[in-house]
Amino acid sequence: MTESLAITKLSDLANPTRFMALVARLVPWLAAITALLFAVGLYMSFTTEGDYQQGDTVRIMYVHVPAAWLAMMCYTIMALSAIGTLVWRHPLADVSHKAAAPLGAAFTLLALITGSLWGKPMWGTWWTWGDARLTSVFILFLMYLGLIALNRAIDDPSRAARVAAVLILVGFVNIPIIKFSVEWWNTLHQKSSVLRLDGPTIDPEFLRPLLVMALAFTLLFFTLHLLAMRNEILRRRVSAQRRMSARIASRGDAA
Amino acid sequence: MIALLSRDLKLSVRAGGGALIGVLFFTAVVAVIPFGVGPDLNLLARIGPAIVWIGALLSSLLGLDRMFQTDREDGSLDLMLMQEHPLVLTVLIKCLAHWLGHGLPLVIASPLLGLFMNMDEMAIGATMATLLVGTPALTFIGAVGAAVAVALPRGGLLVSILVLPLAIPVLIFGVSAAYAAVEEPAPFLPPFLILIAITMFFAVLGPLGAALALRNADD
Repeated sequence: MTESLAITKLSDLANPTRFMALVARLVPWLAAITALLFAVGLYMSFTTEGDYQQGDTVRIMYVHVPAAWLAMMCYTIMALSAIGTLVWRHPLADVSHKAAAPLGAAFTLLALITGSLWGKPMWGTWWTWGDARLTSVFILFLMYLGLIALNRAIDDPSRAARVAAVLILVGFVNIPIIKFSVEWWNTLHQKSSVLRLDGPTIDPEFLRPLLVMALAFTLLFFTLHLLAMRNEILRRRVSAQRRMSARIASRGDAA
Repeated sequence: MIALLSRDLKLSVRAGGGALIGVLFFTAVVAVIPFGVGPDLNLLARIGPAIVWIGALLSSLLGLDRMFQTDREDGSLDLMLMQEHPLVLTVLIKCLAHWLGHGLPLVIASPLLGLFMNMDEMAIGATMATLLVGTPALTFIGAVGAAVAVALPRGGLLVSILVLPLAIPVLIFGVSAAYAAVEEPAPFLPPFLILIAITMFFAVLGPLGAALALRNADD
């Protein structure tokens, strides 16, 4: 019963006007909470103690780790939307994975840049090709760029969405590789220290700001994602109306 | 199915098919390397397996965009889509034909190019063996890219961009197996078996994805 209710709710959103109304109601709240969490998170990041070995550079973690999480979460959301596109032909799913690709690329780039800034003082190198985590995240970045290029290459939006969805699903093999790369290949990048079966091994002093920042980044992603989806819907409306007016104009010429 | 296999093979070998162009490109890429890094024979022997692998990877990308495009242009793709045979099997056969036409010549040409790079017999043999089991994976991955870009007018470059990230694991394990055969402490079998596993994995995923993309590419 509840499930069928959820499905009805979801298919209601196929109507773009309803979706736009929902976005208009949600976004101010989401943006406000995001700003608040960022204020708290940044304050905590800069006031908590530095690490006794790493000093202040440990604060890079509060941006690097959430950005990396988001890079993977964004791809997962895109994969779910891709299933929505291919299985249910949900028009909102098309918009969702198209809008998410640039965001995912941005978060991945942020994780790569902060990672190399952190790597220089800690490991003594900006980048290493020997580490599986680094290279697999770089591959993720390339895949995001490829998906953006594919979406731009095909004119018809619904065909672009379906074709891109196939590619997203095939590329999803990379996500488990990224997640487990630090366990399978024991190289430079450290092992996961927050999401573990035996509880986090990271000190609560660092964990608290990290979690606040992670939450802030997640909400930032959802805010931006909803806004990007709204922009995409508006863009499609504009192009549809342009086509319509062109048709009317040409009919006027003929008459 | 056999008919489709032989038809695709004939098309790829005869004029305009581009199977030999792939081998020529492979030769050209490998032959350019000594001009770039200099004629130091020891250095060439050391980087040889990697160069041969990269050359094979690049030249296997070369023919990909024509894999479904020619069929689309002359309308036979529509016939394949309407057939009662599962489309996945048809795509699998087309992949096999494409590999026999484009991938196998690369494998056969690789010992000669190994000689260019001053590699010893052991390294040449290992490179050839890894190419033999690794290039089918490249074809299967490439089939997805080719199917995705089938309706695009200038899909060739895009296919390469889409396929290369997914092909990196194949390159990694192919090259590391080839090196493991030459350098003593590293065992040859583990990376070689992983390479076979990757090929088998993509033999399932590739045709599935390509069939899905082909069904969605038109209408």
